[in-house]
Amino acid sequence: MKIDNSLPLEYSTEENSLKILGFWIFLGAEIMLFATLFATYFTLENRTGSGPTGAEIFQITPVLFETIILLTSSFTVGLGIHAMRIGKQKAMVTFFSITLLLGLAFLGVEIFEFVTYVHEGAGIQTSAFTSALLTTLGTHGAHVTLGFFWGLFIILQIKKRGLTPQTTNKAFIFSLYWHFLDVVWIFIFSFIYLKGMM
Amino acid sequence: MDFFDRFAVPHPSLAIYASMAAIGLTIIAVIAGLTYFKKWGYLWREWLTTVDHKRIGIMYLLSALLMLFRGGVDAIMMRAQLAVPENTLLDAQHYNEIFTTHGIVMILFMAMPFIMFFMNFVVPLQIGARDVAFPRLNALSFWLFFMGAMLFNISFVVGGSPDAGWTSYFPLAGTEFSESVGNNYYMIAIQIAGIGTLMTGINFITTILKMRAPGMTLMKMPMFTWSALIANVIIVFAFPVLAVLLAMGTLDRQFGTNFFTMDNGGMDMLWANIFWVWGHPEVYILILPAFGIYSEVISTFARRNLYGYKSMVGSMVIISLLSFLVWAHHFFTMGQGAFTNSIFSITTMAIAVPTGVKIFNWLLTLRKGKIVFTTPMLYSMLFIPLFTLGGVTGVMLAMSAADYQYHNTMFLVAHFHNVIIPGVVYAMLAGLHYYWPKMFGFMLNEKIGKWTAWLLSIGFILAFMPMYVSGLDGQARRMYTYSEAAGFGLMNMISFVGAAIMAIGFVLIVYNIYYSTRYESRDISNDPWDARTLEWSTHTPVPEYNFAILPDVRSNEALWDAKKNGHVLFKGEYQKIHMPNNSGIPFIMSCIFFVWGFSFVFSLWIPVILTTIGIFVCMALRSFEQDHGRYISVKEIEETETNLRGA
Repeated sequence: MKIDNSLPLEYSTEENSLKILGFWIFLGAEIMLFATLFATYFTLENRTGSGPTGAEIFQITPVLFETIILLTSSFTVGLGIHAMRIGKQKAMVTFFSITLLLGLAFLGVEIFEFVTYVHEGAGIQTSAFTSALLTTLGTHGAHVTLGFFWGLFIILQIKKRGLTPQTTNKAFIFSLYWHFLDVVWIFIFSFIYLKGMM
Repeated sequence: MDFFDRFAVPHPSLAIYASMAAIGLTIIAVIAGLTYFKKWGYLWREWLTTVDHKRIGIMYLLSALLMLFRGGVDAIMMRAQLAVPENTLLDAQHYNEIFTTHGIVMILFMAMPFIMFFMNFVVPLQIGARDVAFPRLNALSFWLFFMGAMLFNISFVVGGSPDAGWTSYFPLAGTEFSESVGNNYYMIAIQIAGIGTLMTGINFITTILKMRAPGMTLMKMPMFTWSALIANVIIVFAFPVLAVLLAMGTLDRQFGTNFFTMDNGGMDMLWANIFWVWGHPEVYILILPAFGIYSEVISTFARRNLYGYKSMVGSMVIISLLSFLVWAHHFFTMGQGAFTNSIFSITTMAIAVPTGVKIFNWLLTLRKGKIVFTTPMLYSMLFIPLFTLGGVTGVMLAMSAADYQYHNTMFLVAHFHNVIIPGVVYAMLAGLHYYWPKMFGFMLNEKIGKWTAWLLSIGFILAFMPMYVSGLDGQARRMYTYSEAAGFGLMNMISFVGAAIMAIGFVLIVYNIYYSTRYESRDISNDPWDARTLEWSTHTPVPEYNFAILPDVRSNEALWDAKKNGHVLFKGEYQKIHMPNNSGIPFIMSCIFFVWGFSFVFSLWIPVILTTIGIFVCMALRSFEQDHGRYISVKEIEETETNLRGA
């Protein structure tokens, strides 16, 4: 395997740059996936049947917590990649660990939020609106959950094998994924919660 | 026994019991055969774990041919049922199941893998690469497709087939009107196959963008590679839509959500809309690579370079964009109003323009060409007039006001078969004859091949032209019978005769493969058709590494340049070649996916949870595995090259 030292480690082999491009294309597919969910949500937003409306169940406090936690985690994963670029393995692992802990905290708040919805009579079966809402949020949450385990495995591999072209490539791709989830959340925050509360 | 009742077929008939017995016997025969001839190790090492794009391509081909016959039997049964008025060969339920599975099997499990076969086998060779960008992902794509197809195919003997049409519109496909697990199979099996297709899309875009031979700029790519690139871009943008749609369908059917229901705010038209946001681009995923194959075949056998290369590329790009903007033309009569209908009418008719450009480019390629009438060329020549006819009826259907007459009639059925059969199926058969020598080292018999092409075309005209007539007379599609007074009897009888002739044509293809395997000469060159592109510049059979030295490309017809203009393709010395290792994980993971899907269909949640964990364990294993591939040494390359040159 040829290693090109003029490039950052995660880009340094041909296989690495193929993987990064492939992942960008995968993110293109993910955009379509969430776009379909959003289109469904906007179509069914006001079709609440006998169930509650968005304005009745959305609460700003947990949502703000989720937003701040997730945005911060996107920042820390960025710091982690910066540390990786300058070769500081320990700092990188620390930032990645903080990222994953923030991810867990996000999931905790989200689960609390879902439980509240169900208690208020807005389960996934209640109406077209709740089906679309919980499916969209749930898909994002499932992505964060998957990302948690993925990130965990990458941390373990970096601890075991150090910063190699392979491990840095995986970490960089993971960071793209994590930033993407943040972007999706910004859309959820703006166009589901804020729009629904107004 | 209650537990096992769910696996019973809800509407059993003698034909289904016979199929069960046939499937059981086939499985026993395959297992016994593999054991007797001691081929398990060979199967595992050479095929089940392979990551070689050529072998994966051949497995796609075998699956596609198998599914062609499954879907073909459905078709013959349909035509036989409708051949005479008030026929009782099939009951309404059985007929519903058959037209549903015919559609899905032919589109998703026959045409798609056929396209995948060409992309896998041809694209890396055509761009001078040694494999695809992600060989192991490629194996996973194939096995997911295969397991999805198998899961779908067992539906008719275990639990019942889907019966709500291949479009599976809600509320008909909901639990209220379709109680059996048939539509669960639809949602889950297509989901599994769809994940595989999406990954193929990502894989081939990366391959084509990053792994082309030195000197091959985008505008020097052969036309089939261009069509594959564009089709894969459509895949990446269309298949996630399908994934979400099927997930919502699953949630509605098995978890009581209200996306497409009739109450609690659900909206049944949402299914129709999202389905066609995927469904219409899907049609172009099939037809664009078919156009690519015609471009290769026509230019090779007209002995001329392809006319209008840039306009060919441009029209494909325009088609790919328009394909996402026409979905509502599938339901002009379902209440979106005159203004919306007009917009979709215009976008739909606009697609005829770039398609027409392509037709004229092919005609102008033929002009002043020294045409050689081989079997692939014969299919291409039959394609041009027949497909144009289908295109013209397409423009008729695109007029939203007139569509009230055509909607849901046999006219529509005639139209889409008229574009899909001469458009896609003929391209697949042309490509099969064209690439067969590169795959297996001998030609398919030309005489039988031409007989087949003519039989298929005569059968096609007899089978589908009468449908235009009976459709305009008002014969509705998807009706299992009609009264004698309706007067559709004659037209449907002609259709049945045509379908039978087509069936003979397809059997002849199998006979041709058998005959050619036994009798055709093995003494053929690497370039038996005197072709123009890189896939013909390497040896037959193609060595594992495709090209010992990566070719140097100057134009979009690199091999032609080398043959006629003295351009040297392979410069330099052998160097060791890096190749990926085989892996069993894609196959094992897909088997787990199969069990997952089966359990999901029957709502058996404990196995669903266990297999979900199994799938993630496979992914984790892959993450922790360190696999740097292996090298083929210069000595090995020299030996292989000498052997192949000597042969």
